[in-house]
Amino acid sequence: MSTNLADPQRLATPPTFQSVSVNRRIKNGIATALVWGAFLVAIIPLVWVLYTVVQRGFPVILDGDWWQKSMSGLLARQQGGGAYHAIYGTLVQGLVCAVISVPIGIMIAIYLVEYGGRSRLSKATTFMVDILTGVPSIVAALFVYTVWITTFGLGRSALAVSLALVLLMVPVIVRTTEEMLKIVPDELREASYALGIPKWKTIVKIVIPTALSGILTGIMLALARVMGETAPVLVLAAYAPFINYNLFDGPMASLPLMMVNERNNPTAAGFDRIWGAAITLVVLITLFNLLATVISRALAPKTK
Amino acid sequence: MNDPVVAKRPAGSGDTGAERGVAAAPTASEAPIPPTPEAPVTTKAPHVRPGDRIFRGLATGSGVFIVVLIGAIGLFLILQAIPSLGLDNVNFLTSREWNTTDPTNLRFGILDLTLVTVVVALVALLIAMPIALGIALFLTQYAPRRLARPFAYVIDLLAAVPSIVFGLWGLFVLGPVLFPFSEWLIANLGWIPIFAKGNVNVQLGGTIFTAGIVVAVMILPIITAVSREVFERTPTMHVEGAIALGATKWEVVRTTVLPFGKAGYVSASMLGLGRALGETIAVAIILSTATSSFGWSLFDGGSTFASKIALAAPEFNDARSAGAYIAAGLVLFVLTFVVNAIARSIVAGHKEYE
Repeated sequence: MSTNLADPQRLATPPTFQSVSVNRRIKNGIATALVWGAFLVAIIPLVWVLYTVVQRGFPVILDGDWWQKSMSGLLARQQGGGAYHAIYGTLVQGLVCAVISVPIGIMIAIYLVEYGGRSRLSKATTFMVDILTGVPSIVAALFVYTVWITTFGLGRSALAVSLALVLLMVPVIVRTTEEMLKIVPDELREASYALGIPKWKTIVKIVIPTALSGILTGIMLALARVMGETAPVLVLAAYAPFINYNLFDGPMASLPLMMVNERNNPTAAGFDRIWGAAITLVVLITLFNLLATVISRALAPKTK
Repeated sequence: MNDPVVAKRPAGSGDTGAERGVAAAPTASEAPIPPTPEAPVTTKAPHVRPGDRIFRGLATGSGVFIVVLIGAIGLFLILQAIPSLGLDNVNFLTSREWNTTDPTNLRFGILDLTLVTVVVALVALLIAMPIALGIALFLTQYAPRRLARPFAYVIDLLAAVPSIVFGLWGLFVLGPVLFPFSEWLIANLGWIPIFAKGNVNVQLGGTIFTAGIVVAVMILPIITAVSREVFERTPTMHVEGAIALGATKWEVVRTTVLPFGKAGYVSASMLGLGRALGETIAVAIILSTATSSFGWSLFDGGSTFASKIALAAPEFNDARSAGAYIAAGLVLFVLTFVVNAIARSIVAGHKEYE
């Protein structure tokens, strides 16, 4: 974009125009200041939130027990214990959700890019993905509640949470995968067809590997997003202060649920646990974001 | 779709891979008609490989799945809400009461929830819209080229912070900081209804004011990201034309970028509004529950749809009481659906954004 104002001033002959009036220059200055100000204002809460989380939570997670123990058998006011059970819950619920969402999301994106064209179904699908992106997490949780618990009569479990998270993860995966598939050059597809490769094999062996780095990045970012969701765990899983490996039954902790739970604990120990869980969650999400960057760097198609 | 053509062509059969080479061998003897191999192949119904058929079916099925899913969300919520709505002893739409503790005498209405939800979302939108516009202009027009991407990444980081962390920060850190300011507003501007003394203790910070600010921070990234995308597509010709006429930077923005991106910005704000309406846990943590109903003050407490459901969810045990919350969830779903659909249709109406 050549919005460089310096260029016209570098003419060979001196400019015949009069200089910009004071009034206009003031307006320009005010606009510039406001625009810079808006950006700086947005940085404040980010830095402030991260500072709060680190300052209050960091001492808690330095303790080795935090990563190896659960809250089992501890009284509310007792210091100590750890978030191992909650970390397990968050990771497992996120991973199960990813296992379900990734194939669905990628297939939808493949449909939209490779098969859908301009058909009515394709337009409807795009629209519905957009709508699903905007569905509040509490509504997704309520939907799974109505299907899983009241209609099928199954109990609250980690699997139900994962199913609710699927609703939130699929649209993100579809969006990123779709963008990535669209930028795979058509020449690659045509070269493959010319060799007599069937369309499905072309997609699986040529198109997806080319777009893989972008797709994986999208999946990691989506995973980081759903791991921080609180509403589904609140509706669909009961909190357990001990470790529960069973996905299908019984209460299971997760980091957001642990924070909500410890908020009812007015002691210093509860306060520590809230911020410890908060920083652990932020660290986990940061790790997944970093992983996304590393993957996209490592797998990016080699261009000469 | 035209790959079978290649398979029948004997001349290039050496290139078609091992398994196809074998298949092509018998046809080679009876194939001295290569000049127009396309004609017979295309008139014949094209042979679709089973693999292709299965894969196409899977992909299309996934597309259908998502359409059905949205329908199912609406359907299941309606089905579960209807019985409780029938048992409701007060008007669902106009009552401010919410009492579901006795399943045999359900009294629930959404007027208060709707007002608090909309007011929190509007406060958030009023704060976030101008700032997001500024950031989007900054990132696309003002920021040094080399720094624009890292800066954009920083703004996206805001979206990566879990909403529960924002909620805790809002309650424990921002609330107390805002207290003197809130107190001053109440003392000096209290005669304006929106700054009147509310129905909760301002000192605890659990007001619509605090919640609105926190939600504003949370919807900043989405509004910024969508607006930025649109602003970036301003035709270079327009910008250069404005520069050639001697426009200052601000005049360039005002005469080219803003008119071009206006619809996109409005759409982005609608998406932000959708997020704000549905924001759950941050609002649930921050807002103090109030005993009296909402009185149009920013310093009121109360519950939004989402926070009401979230706070009651662990105690769902009676289907009739749960149905009341599901009815509220249904209203929220419809509300966000409409807002998002409007936002998308605004962008869809502008072909130049493609």
